This record gives sequence, structure tokens and C-alpha cells, in this order.
Amino acid sequence: MSKVTTAANQFAARRGFNQIANRLFTGIVWLIGICTIVFICGLLFLILKKGLPELDWSFLYGLPSEMEEGGGIGPLIFNSFYVLVISLVISIPLGMAAGIYLAEFAPATKFIAFIRICVEGLASVPSIIFGLFGIALFVEALDIGLTIIGGAVSLAFLNLPVLTRVTEESIKAVPKELKHASFALGSTHLQTIRRVLIPVALNGIITGICLTAGRAFGESAVIILTAGVSSSGEMWDFSLYSPGATLAVHLWYVQSEAIVPDAQLIAEKSAAVLVFVVLLINIVFRVPLWLNERKTR
Amino acid sequence: MSMIDIPTSGKASASSELGRSLEASSGRIFSRKSRLSFYNRTFRIICIASAVFVCMILFSILFLMGRTGILTFDTVSVKDFFLSTEWVPENDQYGAFIFIFGTFALTLLTMAISVPLSVIIAIFLSEMTPGWLKTALRPVLDLLVGIPSVVYGFLGLTVLIPMLRTVTGTNMGDGILAAAIVLTIMVLPTISRITDDSIVAVPKKYRDASYALGATRFQTILKVVLPAARSGIMYAVILGMAHAIGETMAVVMVIGNTPQLADALFKPTSVLTSNIVMQIANVPFDSTWNDALYLMGFILLVISLLMIVIVRLIQGRGVKA
Repeated sequence: MSKVTTAANQFAARRGFNQIANRLFTGIVWLIGICTIVFICGLLFLILKKGLPELDWSFLYGLPSEMEEGGGIGPLIFNSFYVLVISLVISIPLGMAAGIYLAEFAPATKFIAFIRICVEGLASVPSIIFGLFGIALFVEALDIGLTIIGGAVSLAFLNLPVLTRVTEESIKAVPKELKHASFALGSTHLQTIRRVLIPVALNGIITGICLTAGRAFGESAVIILTAGVSSSGEMWDFSLYSPGATLAVHLWYVQSEAIVPDAQLIAEKSAAVLVFVVLLINIVFRVPLWLNERKTR
Repeated sequence: MSMIDIPTSGKASASSELGRSLEASSGRIFSRKSRLSFYNRTFRIICIASAVFVCMILFSILFLMGRTGILTFDTVSVKDFFLSTEWVPENDQYGAFIFIFGTFALTLLTMAISVPLSVIIAIFLSEMTPGWLKTALRPVLDLLVGIPSVVYGFLGLTVLIPMLRTVTGTNMGDGILAAAIVLTIMVLPTISRITDDSIVAVPKKYRDASYALGATRFQTILKVVLPAARSGIMYAVILGMAHAIGETMAVVMVIGNTPQLADALFKPTSVLTSNIVMQIANVPFDSTWNDALYLMGFILLVISLLMIVIVRLIQGRGVKA
């Protein structure tokens, strides 16, 4: 920048070194940044490229087989969505109600601070712990074995704290003026929450629900422990008490335990479907939000 | 409380005519006002019940895991469980040292690889890239956070391990290094995005002051920006660590699942999570074996809760500073 070149400048050598260090640092950061991101994206692209062109309806809709080639993943995809929907139906109302309580009703006492830490702590509990809890609760205490309902409820417990925190934070981010305006018009607290706070906070809440749904769709440790590694082997089996392996579990099962000759191919295709659906859940719901954000910026 | 009183008291003053007309036209048993306040109170109670329910889940998990886990010590001594390396459930030997050691070694190795990489990527994202690349890369990293762990495990098994075998020339690919690389790929988006956010949150005047003193960009980032973002970076690292400790399926697929001490990078071993998930399905519920697995889960639970307490302390300090 400055072109001071006096021969007597005792910092000249040091400055030269600093410039080189600066260039070097910039170069290294660019190199590592680009390489890492390209590497990770390349791996995911590899999965999609290997699996997606091989897909056909007989695979997506077909029944899995234990011994012969050509098994499909129909019931597993169905189970994935079925378990996901049940767990969301349980966890969204509970999680949102708890979040609304923490954001709106809770007084600022030690006890509420303690509840907040509990929610945060529950959000960081490893998923396998929820699996163990599910076994003790459903397989042992209630004695119903490995079932869809057991898996879905355990999954709902896993999602609850995340939904609670997301709701709390989005509602807290709503400007105070809106709330006061609503109160000034004479509405009750419930009316304010329903007509003002939730609609304004909806962007944040939907993003949170998408994140949770994507995570729940790909979650496998909980499902293996509570819903088993096999499906009932029929399409459209709505029974809550049949074994409920999902697509993510099937990917692990086929890759490491199964004895079918085309296990590798099935795993590749299942992985591609899994990644595709998770990306779809994330993109479809969040692209409108991104566009919205860009417009308002 | 005062929030709730505002609307009711406001209404009471101008009540009579409006209230009566509504009452007359709707023709219900309850007046509109008492109906609304009934809904209001019910809703409040539902919300409180849900919040308490969320807490109850945590405590019932803690209680259940703890109670089942403690039963282990009826047959196994505390010293044996924590310090013995003999895990042979068939002979009633339940030494969990291998798994505890494996979990810590794996987490440390993962952090050693992923923290420098993530911080560099965060610097890259926040300080060096032009605007259009930022808006393209941030959503990509956010999407990567959502990729299922079992997919990363599958990638590790089918791509990474063969790669490691050809690079190192050994015929053993699975082990602690493969697991650490897979975990790094998994936690990297999380750590770098949070670090990125905390670097962006450093006020611009700090950088301006540093540049005005004649510092280069390298010096500014190293001496000014990173120290200022320290608490955010610590938070990101601990969150990443909690992920790495609790991750199950990605690790199971690449670690080899053999109970031997992880004293080499390429040696099939086992960690707490992978051991639980591989064995729990084949074990009767009322056996010492089962209790020992629950105790291992309890250890994981305590570690992850401790991390949250540490995060809380860091955040508290960050606010004060």
C-alpha cells in the first residue's frame, strides 16, 4: 500500500516477511477451503451418480428379499415416511407448546433457567441413549416388542427438545411492538399467540421442523434398537405393531449383515434414495425462505 | 403476569354494550369473555404441562439408565469395570476400559483433524471469499449438516477404507483413523458454520483498527479476529465434540467392532456407542451383560450432559466480556 522505501527503515525486512506470510496464508486458506468443500460435495455427488441412474420402479416399489437377487425397498420407504409422520405428529404439538411456554409464559426464575438447561441437555443426548430408553420402555416395560409405534415415539422424544428450542427462539425474535399492538387491541394472550406471534415466527419454526424431519428421516440408531432391522414384508402395512425398519436401517443392514448376492448394488441405490429424499426435504421447504431472505436484505 | 392483565382490564372499562351484544347474538352458555379466558387458561396449562413433560423425559432417561446401569456392580467390581480390558461377556468378564479409552481416543483424534480444518474453512468463508461465493457456499454447508450419519458410514466403508488401503499399503483399513476421518467429514459443516457466524459477529471496527495500525490480513485474523471470536469457536468445538462422542452408525460401519485396545491407527477396535448397538439386540434384558451395556450408555449420557454445562459456562462468560 504505502510506498515508503527509505534505506534506513529498520522494519523493512520484517515487513517483507509479513507480506510473504500474508500471501502464503491467503493461499493456504483458499487451497484448503476449496479442496475440503469440493471433497465433501464430491463424495455426495458420487453417491447420487452411482445410485440414481440405476433406479427403476420395481426397485422403489418392490419387496425386499432375504436370499435372492432383485429385492426392492418399497416397504422400507413406506416405513420411513410412516415413522416420520407419526413422530412429527407427536413431537410438533408438544415441542411447540413447550417452546411457547418458555418464550411467553415462563417467569424469569431459577427453576425456569433449570428447565432451559434440561431442554438443552436433552437436545445433546446421543441418539443411541434414546434407543436404549425405547428398549427399556417398549420392549421391556410394555412388552410389545420391536414395533413401528415404539420407534416413532422414541424418535419423537429425540426431536422434542430441538423443536422446543427452535420454537422458543423464533417466538422470542418477534418484535415486541407487534405483541403490544395486539394486546392494545384487547386480545387475550392466546389470541395474541395464535394470530400474531406464531404467524410471524412461522419462517423460523418451519426451518426447524425441516431440519428435524431430515434428521429423523435419516436416523438409524434409534430405529435399529426400537423398531428392529426387518420390515413386515408387505406394502402399505399401516399396523402400528409390525416391525418397522426404515430405509436408513436397511442401508446399514444390507451393507453389513445381509447375505443377498447383490447387497452392494442395493446399498448404493438405497443410499442414493436416502440422500435424495433428505436433500429434497431440506430444499423444497427452505428455498422459499432463502429467496424471501434475499429479497428483504 | 401483567401482560395478561392488560387486555382484561382494558375490556372491563368499556364492557357493557359490546359485551352484551356479542353475548346476545352468539347465544352460547358461556359469555364470550369467560369463554376466552377459559381457553386462555387451558392453553397456558397445556403449555406448562408440555414443558414439564420434556424435562420429565430427561429425568426418566437419567433414572432408568442409572438404575439399570448400577445393577452391574452387583456382580462386577467398580475397579474391574473401569480398568480391566477383558470384555468377554460369555465368561462374565465385563471390563469396559477398551471402549471408554476408544471413545476418548477417537474423539481427540477427530478434534485434532477437524478443528483446524473447520476454523480455516470458517476464515475462508467469512473473510476471503467474494460475496457471491458466500451466498452459494453457506447453504451448501447447511445442507451437509442434514445428511444422515449412516450415509457417511456407507461412504467410509465403500470409498474411504479402500482409499486408505491403497495409500498406506496395509490390508487393514478399518480402525480409529478411518472412523476419525468419517467423523471429521460429519462434524466439519457444524463447527465451521458456527465459527463462521461468530467471526462475522466480530465488530468491523476491530478490523479497521488493526489495519490502521498497519497489520496485514494474516496478522489481523490471527491476532484480532480469532481471539475476539474465541467464545463462539469454543462453543462450536464443544458442540462438535458432543456429536463425535455420541455418533453411532457412522462409527459402527468403519471401526471394525473388535474389543481390542486402540493403540494403533489401523487396528479394528470398538467404542462405547458401537459396542452398545452391536450387542444390545442379542442380550436378555435381565442379565449382567445388558446392565453393563446400560452402564456404558449412562457414561455417555453423563459425558454429554457435562459438555452442556461447560457450554453454558462459556456462554455466560462470553456475555459478560
